[in-house]
Amino acid sequence: MDKDFATRRRRDLIIAAVLTALAALAPLFIKDVYVQNILILTLMYAALSQSWNILSGYCGQISLGHALYFGIGAYTTELLFTKFGVLPWFGMLAGGAVAAAIAMGLGYPFFRLRGHYFVIATIVIAEIGLLLFQNWEWAGAAMGITIPVRGDSWLKFQFMRSKLPYFYFALVLCSLAWFVTWWLEDSKWGFWWRAVKDNPEAAESLGVVVFNSKMGAAAVSAFLVAIGGAFYAQFLAYIDPESVMGFQFSLLMALPAVLGGIGTLWGPVLGAAILIPMTELTRSYIGGSGRGVDLIVYGTLIVLISLALPQGLVSLFSRAKRKGATR
Amino acid sequence: MTPLLETRGVWQRFGGLVANSDVSISVGRGEIVGLIGPNGAGKSTLFNLIAGVLPPTQGSIWFDGEDVTSMPAAERCQRGVGRTFQVVKSFETMTVIDNVIVGALVRNTVMREARRKAHEVLEFTGLAARANVLASDLVPAEKRRLEVARALATEPKLLLLDEVLTGLTPTEAQTGVALVRKVRDAGITVLMVEHVMEIVMPLVDRAIVLDLGKVLVEGKPTEIVRDPKVISAYLGDRHAVGA
Repeated sequence: MDKDFATRRRRDLIIAAVLTALAALAPLFIKDVYVQNILILTLMYAALSQSWNILSGYCGQISLGHALYFGIGAYTTELLFTKFGVLPWFGMLAGGAVAAAIAMGLGYPFFRLRGHYFVIATIVIAEIGLLLFQNWEWAGAAMGITIPVRGDSWLKFQFMRSKLPYFYFALVLCSLAWFVTWWLEDSKWGFWWRAVKDNPEAAESLGVVVFNSKMGAAAVSAFLVAIGGAFYAQFLAYIDPESVMGFQFSLLMALPAVLGGIGTLWGPVLGAAILIPMTELTRSYIGGSGRGVDLIVYGTLIVLISLALPQGLVSLFSRAKRKGATR
Repeated sequence: MTPLLETRGVWQRFGGLVANSDVSISVGRGEIVGLIGPNGAGKSTLFNLIAGVLPPTQGSIWFDGEDVTSMPAAERCQRGVGRTFQVVKSFETMTVIDNVIVGALVRNTVMREARRKAHEVLEFTGLAARANVLASDLVPAEKRRLEVARALATEPKLLLLDEVLTGLTPTEAQTGVALVRKVRDAGITVLMVEHVMEIVMPLVDRAIVLDLGKVLVEGKPTEIVRDPKVISAYLGDRHAVGA
């Protein structure tokens, strides 16, 4: 049995390595900038959703306010860069640290809430964050911050001529988020989180400090999401509160995981690979002014999934495997 | 030697309701003690106070020579108190082995060791064949067994069993009784709450009878079953007259 388990984990790792390698080769064949753009966003949302999945999927604390950490990553990086000349690479890490600290600060009161009340609190807090940034003069208020781009530079992580460096960064981030999840899945924290999700009272009786478990999950999750936010800010070279902290980001982190399989290793990646290209394509083909059509499309998709496959698309794979198994 | 567990003058009030009044009991090392009494006697409350779900209104609880009165449940588990739940609380989306690993992680921080410990406990409790089944797919008797396995994986000094034998078929109950004996033989002290007397009495070394929140009597099971006070508590005064 142990052997089965070790084999499965090794197999996951190999599949991930192969997929990463294939993705890394994709730009050799895909020269179209528009398609490259979609690939970058898909990888980014896969990474974000994977990070969201740590707190909300594994630990079961559903957050619809992760846009806050995304925005904090973006703002910390760009404020440090434009006001103090700190390179984005350091800004990115600082953003991650700030987001993790804020996640724990917020967790202190809010992890006492359960179920729907916790979800509502996360939405409210993210909206408050958005309002604060819209009114914060020093941070550009509603006007936002334009990042001065002076040509291609790895040092400043900005590129004008080609999107490929962004593509590779997004790929690394996505692989990193996946790998962190993979690693945590077979660790004390991973087990604690799943126990907390399934039954906090029983977990507590088995020596799991429920509150600390939630705090740990929140910190890791927020840190990774903030790195994503920093990346997005560099990618756009312009940020304002709505474009890095809007509610749609919270949704776009949650939906791929829900679609693919919440609390699973592969769910977020699978969900993002389907959802994000679909969103982008419907948005551009059905009409630029038709804002919301994409929302209708994936709203429908989520309803179908929750009715037919409540455990997400990955359950298709495990179901097939169970049928094929001898016992 | 000090007893492993002791409650000293424990009171628990819920608003106007007194669930436990001045309860002082002790459990010695290596014993199997039964905590019995009619419905509403305060057994479950006392059990929860000992497990650390809530602190008592008044009085103190001592475990292994240490005052644990205000210690949270997770910390008591680390000290060596394991428990099961009357209404089973399995981790439903996890496999049987993963359920047990959660318990094993208290004393084994390396995953491989925790996994080995969990397998060991599954062998011990007779669940090894079900290791890779989801907890939600177990039948009720197996879920009870999983509760015990999970608690045993924390390597407790004291195992608190909350009605693990209630509601089982006679055959299942017999297997359960055998398991409790095996646990005690492994050197673990057992305190079990039950209200079905005929199952517990042959099993326990000593029984404590609670009634209306107070300790009614305590002693050897053979004495307890004949005690007129116990009979009247369970069946009403009329039946005790002739005893």
